[in-house]
Amino acid sequence: MKQEVILTTKNLKKSYDNEQLVLKDMSFSLEKGEVVVVVGPSGCGKSTFLRCLNMLEPIDSGTISFKDQVIERDRKDAYTIRQKIGMVFQSYDLFPHLTILGNILLAPLKVQKREKQELIQEAEQLLKRVGLLDKKDAYPRQLSGGQKQRVAIVRALMMHPEILLLDEITAALDPEMVREVLQVVLELAKEGMTMVIVTHEMEFAKAVSDRVLFMDQGLVVEEGKPEDFFTSPQTERAKQFLNTFHYEAI
Amino acid sequence: MQNLGIQVLFQGNNFLRLCGGLWQSLQIAVISMVLSIVLGMILGIVMTSPKKLVRFLCRIYLEIVRIMPQLVLLFLVYFGAAKHLNINLPGSWAAVIVFTFWGAAEMGDLVRSALQSIPVHQYQSGFGLGMTKLQVYRYVIIPQTVRRLLPSVMNLLTRMIKTTSLVVLIGVIEVVKVGKQIIDSSRYTVPDAALWVYGVIFIMYFAICYPFSRAAAMLDKKIKD
Amino acid sequence: MDFEFIRGNVPLYVEAAGITLRISFLGILLSTVIGLLCSLVKVFKIPVLGFVVNCYIEISRNTPLLIQLFFLYFGLPKLGIVLSSEGCAITGLAFLGGSYMAEAFRTGIEQVPKIQTETGLSLGLTKWQVFLHIILPQAIATSVPVFCANIIFLIKETSVFSAVALADLMFVAKDLIGIYYKTDEALFMLVTAYLMILLPISLLCSWVERRVRYAEFGNSSAVPGK
Repeated sequence: MKQEVILTTKNLKKSYDNEQLVLKDMSFSLEKGEVVVVVGPSGCGKSTFLRCLNMLEPIDSGTISFKDQVIERDRKDAYTIRQKIGMVFQSYDLFPHLTILGNILLAPLKVQKREKQELIQEAEQLLKRVGLLDKKDAYPRQLSGGQKQRVAIVRALMMHPEILLLDEITAALDPEMVREVLQVVLELAKEGMTMVIVTHEMEFAKAVSDRVLFMDQGLVVEEGKPEDFFTSPQTERAKQFLNTFHYEAI
Repeated sequence: MQNLGIQVLFQGNNFLRLCGGLWQSLQIAVISMVLSIVLGMILGIVMTSPKKLVRFLCRIYLEIVRIMPQLVLLFLVYFGAAKHLNINLPGSWAAVIVFTFWGAAEMGDLVRSALQSIPVHQYQSGFGLGMTKLQVYRYVIIPQTVRRLLPSVMNLLTRMIKTTSLVVLIGVIEVVKVGKQIIDSSRYTVPDAALWVYGVIFIMYFAICYPFSRAAAMLDKKIKD
Repeated sequence: MDFEFIRGNVPLYVEAAGITLRISFLGILLSTVIGLLCSLVKVFKIPVLGFVVNCYIEISRNTPLLIQLFFLYFGLPKLGIVLSSEGCAITGLAFLGGSYMAEAFRTGIEQVPKIQTETGLSLGLTKWQVFLHIILPQAIATSVPVFCANIIFLIKETSVFSAVALADLMFVAKDLIGIYYKTDEALFMLVTAYLMILLPISLLCSWVERRVRYAEFGNSSAVPGK
């Protein structure tokens, strides 16, 4: 069964301030319904890669295409394409001046100009699913980190994105809150949501992904199915990287 | 070209007279500033006193200074002194008194907040090394405070220089007053002297204040980085 | 102290205070508009306008209001631009206040973390929508303390308007001293009038500041609610 490819990058290169390349020649494609997890040591460029996919960073060369359409940061249609690519960040990036419901409704109301009543219903359903319906009128500061991150996911889902980018969404959380957030992501994966996930949670990566990308120094060093990658990595660098997660091995 | 009003500046010693007037304003600003810094340092330390009453009194003083327009304070001292002390206090003296009264309060508050922004463990590690209280202040606290204070002190100085323009309203012969005299004396020969004279005074103030505020902004940035 | 004299002249002061308040209100309103526009130009880094705004801010902040007023009142008529005392006062106050307000808003805007903009963009909002719905509300909350301080500062600055023949509080006080030699009474009423204007406003400002601070809008990376 051959699936439709919805996002590709070709020979993507990116540097900050024209210094050392953060991304050296990234070529990548994502199929509909696929969950790709990107892992790698800090500073390997995985977050930058994700940010480029959402046009938050200008790229030096190469192309990014969404469904055969090349996308560029400065073009007018950047805004329409961004609606189809949702993103959740590491920091609790809820808008502090809006209630939870206000946070969730802002973009669908202003960007997609959808009917408010219908939106509220949808938002309440989603909030109920992530167990936060009772918080809908609270302000972000009244929520825990895990709760905020679940709201951020709901906020991204409200735009009905075709792809969801998750950038280390549990990295800033207290350990006991990590599970409640990852649970939501696992359910989304089960429902067939297309996702690119950057994470340091290896167990979660193993459970959620269809494909793993191991990046180091701006390049994809190894790529494969999770069961292969985590049990028998092929490259030396991937072995070393995975070893850092096994304290008992030391 | 007979209509060129700018010539008024070069008639006789007009330009020099304006500069002399400006010098008078600057003297008031500088003397007041020096007094303010000295008194403000003391006041700042007093403001960190553990005694509630002392802090309360300082607070009242600061609020009075902050809430009253400087011109009102000038009027109070200038006209009040003439009436009650039966002395004809020169306007420039009144100005120095008022600006020092105001500057010391502002300076005190700056010193207080700079002192309080220094973490307690800085004091403690000083004492831990066996220094006396005086030594801790001399070698640990004051050097750090001065660095933090410098930009705000420069800003206060520009504010003070700008505020000296008010002293013309209590009869001090300074730059604005000299300007008025020049305008009056050339009323018939150069009808649009006002434009040029006030324009030049405007530029003079800018030329003095701008370097200070620029330097303050740069220092501030340097400290924050 | 001659209380009879004081009572007799209360209406004069009330009228003068009305003028001070009206000029302050209009001047501050204009300052806020100018400040908002200038801060937008600076934040969005608009090429030529940005330079003009920078020049304006530096000139306005580094010259005394009194000199600005004299230039407007005595200088400009020579170029054929004649403003009334009130017109001068309002223009002068707006010229001075605009730059102070611009700096207040600009700092407020710059204090909103960059991630807020990125999040907005990633949701598909346009730059302008991000600014209007996400940045501005937070920036206003963080600018409130400086905004309030500016209001008080500008009202105090109005005290120089008597110099361009505006019949404000200082003008009345000076008149009474000059004509009747009732120095104590005139000064007493002057101080009282300013206190009655500035004290409530100052208290109101600190109340607003406290409210905003409790709302904690400004800090998105605050500790998770515990």
